[in-house]
Amino acid sequence: MRVVVDLTRCQGYGQCVFMAPEVFSMTGAEALAYDPEPSEAQRGHVLRAAAACPVQALHVDHVGAPEPDHEPGPHPAPDGDDFKRTGRIVIVGASLAGMRAAAVLRREGFAGSLTMIGDEPGEPYDRPPLSKQVLTGQVPARNTVLPPLAGLGAEWLCGVPATGLDLDRRRVRLADGRDIGFDRLLIATGTRARPWPDAAEAALDGVVTLRTAEDATRLRRRLTGAGRVLVIGAGFTGSEIASVCRHLGRPVTVAERGAAPLVGALGGVIGAVAADLQRAHGVDLRCGVSVTALEGDGGRLRRARLSDGDTIEVDLAVAALGAVRNVEWLEGSGLAAGPWGVACDAGCRVFDINGLVTDDVFAAGDVARLPHPVYEYQFLTLEHWGNAVAQAEVAAHNMVSGQTRRWPHLALPVFWSSQFGVDIKSVGVPTFADEVMITQGTVEEHRFVAVYGYRGRITAAVTFDQGMWLEFYQGLIEQAAPFPPEFRTVDRPEATSPVPAEVPDRVAASHGATVVVTGHDPAERRAWLVHRSR
Amino acid sequence: MTENRAFGRILDRANRADPYPLYAELRKTPVTLQEDGSYVVSTYREIVALLHDPRISSDRRNLDESFAAREPGVSGQPPAFIALDPPDHDRLRRLAMRHFGPPGTPDRVESMRPELAAIVTGLIDALAGRERADLVETVAYPFPVTVICRLLGVPREDEPKFHGWSTEIVETIGPGEDDMAERQRRRDRATGALGDYLGDLADARLGDPGDDLLSGLLAGGGEQGGMSRAEVVTTATLLLVAGHETTVNLIANGMLTLLRHPETLERLRHEPDLVYGTVEELLRYEPPVHFPATRVALDDITVGDTTIPRGAPIVLALAAGNRDPDYVSAPERFDPCREANQHLGFGGGIHYCFGAPLARLETQVALGELARRLRNPRAVADPPPYRPSSSLRGPRRLVVDFDGVRPTR
Ligand SMILES: Cc1cc2nc3c(=O)[nH]c(=O)nc-3n(C[C@H](O)[C@H](O)[C@H](O)COP(=O)(O)OP(=O)(O)OC[C@H]3O[C@@H](n4cnc5c(N)ncnc54)[C@H](O)[C@@H]3O)c2cc1C
Ligand code: SF4
Repeated sequence: MRVVVDLTRCQGYGQCVFMAPEVFSMTGAEALAYDPEPSEAQRGHVLRAAAACPVQALHVDHVGAPEPDHEPGPHPAPDGDDFKRTGRIVIVGASLAGMRAAAVLRREGFAGSLTMIGDEPGEPYDRPPLSKQVLTGQVPARNTVLPPLAGLGAEWLCGVPATGLDLDRRRVRLADGRDIGFDRLLIATGTRARPWPDAAEAALDGVVTLRTAEDATRLRRRLTGAGRVLVIGAGFTGSEIASVCRHLGRPVTVAERGAAPLVGALGGVIGAVAADLQRAHGVDLRCGVSVTALEGDGGRLRRARLSDGDTIEVDLAVAALGAVRNVEWLEGSGLAAGPWGVACDAGCRVFDINGLVTDDVFAAGDVARLPHPVYEYQFLTLEHWGNAVAQAEVAAHNMVSGQTRRWPHLALPVFWSSQFGVDIKSVGVPTFADEVMITQGTVEEHRFVAVYGYRGRITAAVTFDQGMWLEFYQGLIEQAAPFPPEFRTVDRPEATSPVPAEVPDRVAASHGATVVVTGHDPAERRAWLVHRSR
Repeated sequence: MTENRAFGRILDRANRADPYPLYAELRKTPVTLQEDGSYVVSTYREIVALLHDPRISSDRRNLDESFAAREPGVSGQPPAFIALDPPDHDRLRRLAMRHFGPPGTPDRVESMRPELAAIVTGLIDALAGRERADLVETVAYPFPVTVICRLLGVPREDEPKFHGWSTEIVETIGPGEDDMAERQRRRDRATGALGDYLGDLADARLGDPGDDLLSGLLAGGGEQGGMSRAEVVTTATLLLVAGHETTVNLIANGMLTLLRHPETLERLRHEPDLVYGTVEELLRYEPPVHFPATRVALDDITVGDTTIPRGAPIVLALAAGNRDPDYVSAPERFDPCREANQHLGFGGGIHYCFGAPLARLETQVALGELARRLRNPRAVADPPPYRPSSSLRGPRRLVVDFDGVRPTR
């Protein structure tokens, strides 16, 4: 059977662990880990756990929020109906966002033809467990397969990538030469791991990345060895891998170019707490240090040279350098798709290269980049599980709804990570901040709430093992509550005041492509995407 | 604020058997100010928000000075964790959890299932040959008492000793600031006596630890430090009282509800898995706790168009929230197959019922067995007589007629 816990909703009540201790476990005070594919013998236990979860975060044999009973509405848009019966929808990218969108399309009464195109072999799976319970060996990677969408009536074209998009003819080209027609298209091609930049070094045996189930299986096998591991980059993925190394008792060095782990996502102040957490667990953490070379013997990785002059002996290096968006197949399509992602409006409709919104092409998940009203309409890419699900629901709804019934994707981003036995959660955009303040708990105990503010308004909150308070802070962000917060709370630290958030410059990774504008007359002015050599 | 007098009538014993129409009345004003200065919140969303609001305290010492009963009483015991805020609450609860659930002993409760089933089987076997029984006296009460005694390491035969203190404690709990000081004095006396009893037990256990919770509390949490003797005593007092008083009501309310819905009772005989949804729906529809411990506003808090001032007591009407039509469709219908049931039966937030997993398991086992084994049970009096408390609400007796007892399978 298949289980997915919506860890965005989960508040760490642990009720599921009581009911099904062989399937669910707590790795600390609040961090939940579970086996996504427990044996059939556990079904009774899992169903009891699902019934008991106080926030109904447990999904058995399906993903995403429970289906609301008020949809579809009583007055479908007049133009929507025909399309719902006989239209053709193609979804490119058959993973979390694509699967969720497909389910919502059917829920909303779309009865036309549905085609899913995915380049990975095998069934779609869930990624968050890959850097957690899969690496610790608690569950095999093949157990992370997403609940199947039985009865979806979709055509599956798996193991073959889409290589091109012809908008005029409304066709998606596949690598095997096939050509699939559509009326409406959803782009959900996500991201891939950014490879180690030096191709020869990246090819050494022992240099790996982590994004897919296959990567996780391979990395898991290598983690059972004994030598020192080098993790390059201390973002969420790198930090989680380092955490697993320590859990397994392996020596690990983390090299982070920035001033602290997680600094790119949470800023320097909370990054310093993360650094403390890593060191307390025996990680050899080197900040402000980059790896200058990876060296091997006979094709096998042996050592790494660091910018601080040090050389360390390692037999495994994990490049955790962030993600590259899977947009190459859209080159030449005329869409606003580049290294920054696929730009779309708040309704998930993709912009063309001129910044005009299309009406038949939608995007969702890690690949999408959209303006968020709460954040001054800045375009954001949100590489989070919860966002992929929520955005896919909005995109799918809008794909089968008339103009006046469309939804905006206004969900605040919510993220979780579990590392070193601590459950880290965030709501809002912590990098959209100039100051940060601890409002509850104790930093030294790694159990606290940090609130972020930007120009006198609360924009984000991050909790370490204090997830139950997050919704309250989400409410404050949504109401544009003033920063610093002055109300009295339980567990308020004695002396607390805002400090600079130490957020790195918020510049998008736009290297590799530029837009140039040509023409003078409004009728002839056009934008062009210019690809630079990478 | 419009005049809403429903709350006073809910507290009135005369309305104990069916407070639900009054809850509907109460919900018309999501936040009502009572004459005693407390604020009653009765709608689902508002309750959930307050349960997760860090500006809300569970520590009565934060009440405004005008409330006489804000000081803890003379029992000589520190407040138990349900009456504390983080970080003390978190520390004590975590220490208690070490020996009860995850992460320390994740399978402790689940591993008790066979033992629990055996206890219930024995209690029902004893009904053989009878055609009438009070299910509170014969099953709903003795079952959880036996279980909590075993778990905590309290001799079962001491039940007559602590029964009176326990009853006194639960009957003095509940909203209403007017007579709070007096009730608190009574409760302190009972708490003190029960505490002395448990303290003696703990002292004896110190030299001779077992695998029971009391020994676990005494042993502490290694790196996480331990509990003081006084903390062990208050925690044990809380677990003993809360560990059975509420479950008695959940089982009795549950059986009464099933007698009123014979089709569900019949289905349970053939579909044992239905009991899980049934228990969740009972927690929504007939919860054992209608008002959790009164909370205190640490700051002025605006809920809807009411501002609750700093220092004011807040009463969360969980049972009213559970039937809020803005949160659940057809709230007055008992539906054991209800989807995505996010009821407030065990509260929510950091004070979410500590014993919830045990109460669930006990009720699943008890109702499942009663449904399977009693032939054609009928309530002799409906409504049955109720215990006095408006907070911990349940029948005093539940006399049923039945046509015999089926053998165990
Ligand atoms: C190791 C790891 C740990 C994570 N942990 C967390 C966490 O703790 N919390 C959290 O919130 N998020 C976490 N995430 C992020 C989360 O998994 C992503 O946000 C989510 O997977 C996004 O889903 P998606 O469907 O948009 O994209 P993806 O999951 O990337 O799926 C895109 C799919 O499209 C396919 N594809 C790409 N190009 C083509 C093409 N041309 N033709 C056909 N198919 C194509 C890809 O192969 C892939 O199958 C983690 C991610 C990873 C990798
Ligand atoms: S919130 Fe639900 S999923 Fe999360 S730990 Fe609790 S019971 Fe499990």
